[in-house]
Amino acid sequence: MSKRMESGIKATIKELLTYKSGVLGIAILVFLIGLSIYAMVVLPYDQAIKLWRGSEGIWLNNPRNALPEWWEIFVGKKLPRTIILDSKTATFGVSKAVTPVAGTNIRLVTITYLFEFNYDDFPSEMNVFFYAKYQKDPPLVKITLKKPGGDTIEFPRFALKAPNDTLYYSISNDVLNTLLSHYVSKYGKINISEKLSPLELTFGKDTAEGLEKGTLDVEKGVYRLTIEATCFSEDSDLDARVVVYGKVYGPAGTDHLRRPLEIALLWGTPIALAFGLTASLVTSLLQLIIATIGAWYGGIIDSAIQRITEIYLILPFLPFLILIAAFYKLDIWVILAAVIVLSIFGAGIKSTRALVLSIKEYPYIEAAKTYGASNLRIIFLYIIPKILPPIVPGLISAVPGYVFLEAALSFLGLGDPFLPTWGKILNDARNAGALYRGYYYWVLEPSILLMLTAFAFAFIGFALDRIVNPRLREM
Amino acid sequence: MVSKNLLKYIAIRAIAIYLTVVVAIYLTIIVANMGGKIDDFILGDLYTQITETVNRNPQYRSLPGPEKDKLIRQMFENEVKRLGYDRPFLERSLIYLKNALTLDLGRALFMVSDSGSRFVRNIILERLPNTVLLFTTVTVLNFFIHLFLGLYLSRHHNSFFDRLVVALSPTSTLPGWFYGIFLILIFYTWLHLLPPGGLVDVPPPPDPVSYALSVLKHMILPMASWIISGFFLGVYGTRTFFLIFSTEDYVEAAKAKGLPPRLIETRYILRPSLPPIVTSFALSLIGSWGGAIITETVFEWPGLGLVTWQAIQSFDTPVLVGITVIYAYLLAATVLILDIIYALIDPRIKAGFA
Repeated sequence: MSKRMESGIKATIKELLTYKSGVLGIAILVFLIGLSIYAMVVLPYDQAIKLWRGSEGIWLNNPRNALPEWWEIFVGKKLPRTIILDSKTATFGVSKAVTPVAGTNIRLVTITYLFEFNYDDFPSEMNVFFYAKYQKDPPLVKITLKKPGGDTIEFPRFALKAPNDTLYYSISNDVLNTLLSHYVSKYGKINISEKLSPLELTFGKDTAEGLEKGTLDVEKGVYRLTIEATCFSEDSDLDARVVVYGKVYGPAGTDHLRRPLEIALLWGTPIALAFGLTASLVTSLLQLIIATIGAWYGGIIDSAIQRITEIYLILPFLPFLILIAAFYKLDIWVILAAVIVLSIFGAGIKSTRALVLSIKEYPYIEAAKTYGASNLRIIFLYIIPKILPPIVPGLISAVPGYVFLEAALSFLGLGDPFLPTWGKILNDARNAGALYRGYYYWVLEPSILLMLTAFAFAFIGFALDRIVNPRLREM
Repeated sequence: MVSKNLLKYIAIRAIAIYLTVVVAIYLTIIVANMGGKIDDFILGDLYTQITETVNRNPQYRSLPGPEKDKLIRQMFENEVKRLGYDRPFLERSLIYLKNALTLDLGRALFMVSDSGSRFVRNIILERLPNTVLLFTTVTVLNFFIHLFLGLYLSRHHNSFFDRLVVALSPTSTLPGWFYGIFLILIFYTWLHLLPPGGLVDVPPPPDPVSYALSVLKHMILPMASWIISGFFLGVYGTRTFFLIFSTEDYVEAAKAKGLPPRLIETRYILRPSLPPIVTSFALSLIGSWGGAIITETVFEWPGLGLVTWQAIQSFDTPVLVGITVIYAYLLAATVLILDIIYALIDPRIKAGFA
């Protein structure tokens, strides 16, 4: 029996591959399964959760809301990558010198950062993270920036406020004022446009006209940033990390919390597949068994099942599910269980029941009854295997519905609170206004994966339907 | 003409359907109350609320601590009694059930309708027209699009368009709200042509004509999302349905008799296929009155779906039960009416009562 079934499955798959939609569906499914395995191997579950749930601290060196790197193809410009220069680690282009001032405890620390900026757009942000060691008086810091053209901007000296002080260069008012007064002293009396940000004033090719109009080109070339710090005791020291945040990041971009989206995109795949397949499989099989038992035994059992099915018809499925999910803050397995419980007495019961009622009269069932086969034996070995094949296409075609159900719950913010899923990316994107602000990649990436999943199962289900119901083939 | 048997059949069906409604509503009450668990949450909330009111009221400021506590306790107990929380849940659930069945939907716990009413009935009635406007329109539109295109394709099956529709039918596995996101991205964010959501412009236009036009403009995207989502599978389904009916033996017989094609179509194909079509249309029409929680949330359309969502978020049980009750009654009435119509027009069922 099992051997025959095995060859039957093999034959079905072979036949499936004669349909274009079957081939396409299987190809997409194989790709998604590959993606799931890749996700689970490269990024183990615990690590993925930690990275995704981790506070912004982990991702401090990532740009916020950065586009994926391949977006450049559509823009036709070379968009800036993130440049990280750290004096604590020996990075290329960073040098540090410490000179004690003779006769005093004072030490002069000079850190020089050289970096090439050859992109067609301005960076998105720039921060300087300081790591100071001192006893009583914090170091005095002076920053000098030399642009590729030779122009040198000097920022006034300031004292660090804490050992881990940070200079938020792109939003600092002091920086902006220094830059403005630098250009005023360079060009004499000009009205610098208020539209220009500190980053544009820093990385822009300055011309009097451009400054007044507020449109500057990027000045490409090697920039040199120098930090000179005066430390007031012998054991005091200073290190600093300069991060020039880009506008693109990695294969999928980042979200509003600087997290790389590929973590959730990758992990969303196995979750979506597992959720959709389990829900569809369990629901269909339970419906099948319940309907068969009802039709076989008849009487009270049958009418009880019929009545419950009618009650289910009136219960509002989605509000119920949302209600349960909202009240309990459930993890994904409980949501799955709730979905199954809410759908086992679905419409499928009626059609299966009708099918079983006609099979009940078949000679082979009569024969089984006469030689004394038990009820359970007849139900599970004689009837269910016979009606199983016709429900397989429906089972496969129902998978996308459950995948989207999970996505919809997450989209409303009711999904599993820990798991990174596609619906949750959509939820984040919606809450951050990505739909209205035009962060297309943020919405499109999870959507495309959802679409691929839906199409894979729809195509396979469609082809299977034609194999199982030959009558459809002529139509 | 109407036989006694038929009346008996209708009466039995009516009782059965009503019992179904009772059970469904009771289940809703239990789930919406989480078996009484929600009470703790509500009572805690109530207590904080009363404490705050008392603390904020200058009249009570001079009151000493213990007396203030006593006052708060007193007010709290009064409020609990007013809301009926002093009785056991089982008893309360039965009172809820009775009220719900008699359509005495009561007051909302937290929600207020736009006109300031706390009655659940007003909250629901205020939003129902919006939902009917949007989703009933789209359901009716979808029905006719699917019917006529399906009929057309069943006549021209295996033509280019037919194969196109069959090939594109998997696009309908994507739900309407999902297309909605794309439509917002395209028509609002990218092209700036249509509003991303809401019912009318803010502020609403003063004269009725431009008000209606503004509502219409806001309806385009949500309607389009549902039409696109349902289109290919809907047309494909109707077409296959008609094709199955047109291969029946009696159709072949009619063709062999040499009846004109138009007559065959109306009398031999459309006539017998009508009852299931009418059923599915009636059910989807009633279904459309419940609105669509996710679509309405995506488009911020102030209908029943959005009310449901807001009620869930603020744990407003009476509103949730109220919506389910109305929905259940509508559905039950539809099912009963369909049963009666079937009994009257379907010769196979009618024969059983002769």
